[in-house]
Amino acid sequence: MIEVKNINKSFKDQQVLFDISAKFEKGKVNLIIGQSGQGKSVLAKCMVGLHETDGGEILYDGNDFTSMDREHKSAIREEIGMLFQGAALFDSLNAEENVMFPLSMFTNMTKKEMQMRADFCLERVNLHEKNKLYPSECSGGMQKRIGIARAIAMNPKYLFCDEPNSGLDPITSIRIDALIKDITYDLNITTVVITHDLNSVIEIGDNVLFIYKGQNWWQGNRDSILLSDNKEVNQFVYASEFMKEIQKNMGLKK
Amino acid sequence: MKSLAKIGKYFIMLRIIFTKPKKWGIFWRSLFNEIQIIGISSIPIVVLMSSFMGGVIALQTASNMGNPLLPAYTVGYITQSSTILEFSPTIISLILAGKIGSNIASEIGTMRVTEQIDALEIMGVNSLNYLILPKIIAAIIFFPVLIIFSMFMSLIGGYISLIISDLTSTETYILGIRSFFDVGHVYYALTKTVVFGFLIVSVSSFYGYYVKGGALDVGHSSTKAVVTSSVTILIANFILTQMILL
Repeated sequence: MIEVKNINKSFKDQQVLFDISAKFEKGKVNLIIGQSGQGKSVLAKCMVGLHETDGGEILYDGNDFTSMDREHKSAIREEIGMLFQGAALFDSLNAEENVMFPLSMFTNMTKKEMQMRADFCLERVNLHEKNKLYPSECSGGMQKRIGIARAIAMNPKYLFCDEPNSGLDPITSIRIDALIKDITYDLNITTVVITHDLNSVIEIGDNVLFIYKGQNWWQGNRDSILLSDNKEVNQFVYASEFMKEIQKNMGLKK
Repeated sequence: MKSLAKIGKYFIMLRIIFTKPKKWGIFWRSLFNEIQIIGISSIPIVVLMSSFMGGVIALQTASNMGNPLLPAYTVGYITQSSTILEFSPTIISLILAGKIGSNIASEIGTMRVTEQIDALEIMGVNSLNYLILPKIIAAIIFFPVLIIFSMFMSLIGGYISLIISDLTSTETYILGIRSFFDVGHVYYALTKTVVFGFLIVSVSSFYGYYVKGGALDVGHSSTKAVVTSSVTILIANFILTQMILL
């Protein structure tokens, strides 16, 4: 489980996060949602240590990440897998080598063992015959799937996905969501997904944290978000005419 | 104040770079790869620049030998000393700053803006050590090799230009090259080269690693990397000459 307590973050004079506290449960897909520019990605980057917080605590299974030295942070990071918005695959390595990279850095596996593990992870994301493709030869969806394969290569305890569906068509988005959900349940890991895709909220949102103006504005799950009477959450969920129509027809409007 | 902060950040970066690599096998593989990229791929440009540079020095010296009191071997001597002392180590390093510096800054800068460096950090990899240490060591090892090659090619260039122009005999040119030869000058040149290699790679890496923004900013940082490493080469050249030769 990951717990954040009273997180504040500023860039120069502009405060982005205000006193955020939340719990991200193990074995569940935890979503951080909100409009663009509200601080979702900043919160996630603070959680994995890419940004230093101005105050507060980030607890990984009770261990305070913010007060650790570089060495101990590295040890925690070895247990984190992360899928980036643009996949962030290494250009000079093919799909298999990308997945093998963390294994070669942190394990004493032989090349054959690493290849077997890479094959398994690529198979898990339905890319078992694309091992030798370079990132530039892959579509956006394939890059995301390779990113997921790399993120799970080390059997992480925590999985972060930063806007996994951005730039993808609806069918590929649903596949990526299903993959994230399956991996979370199968491996019993703590998954945190940053998204503003409503489909993802409804498909995989076991826990949902709504960030508004850098604050923890609302918390619930995929069922309660549809019935929430919070004005900003409602505006977010029922932003499109289509959703407004559904809201009206289903009698969800309070 | 901003410049001071930048210098401080540069030295903090160096401290993180010079730590023990996580896996020596990966480090050696990266090192050989960098020797290929930084060193071996630079041989053609070094050969081309050096041979023409030596040819022009020999031609200009020979065409200005109007004073009968000057011995004919002066052409060879001037080509040899100017090549060893200044042209090969400094001018070739400035050229390599353009070629290698922009390459490094844009490579690392692109990795930064496409979140590849963030991906390394999240995996728990010391990205500065992993990406930059092999480049620095490759430059320190291979720059002297390139400069020795440059010195040799420059003298060959002078020899060929004199055959073509027939301004001085090649025998007196070779006599000039051998006259007053001081091996200490070669050591001085190679010492400078090691420092220049270190500066080019570390300064360019600094600009690439800390770039913020997108593709346009990578281009700007690449330009800044070349300009700054060229200026630091000139400053270091002055300081090293004061320290070693005077």
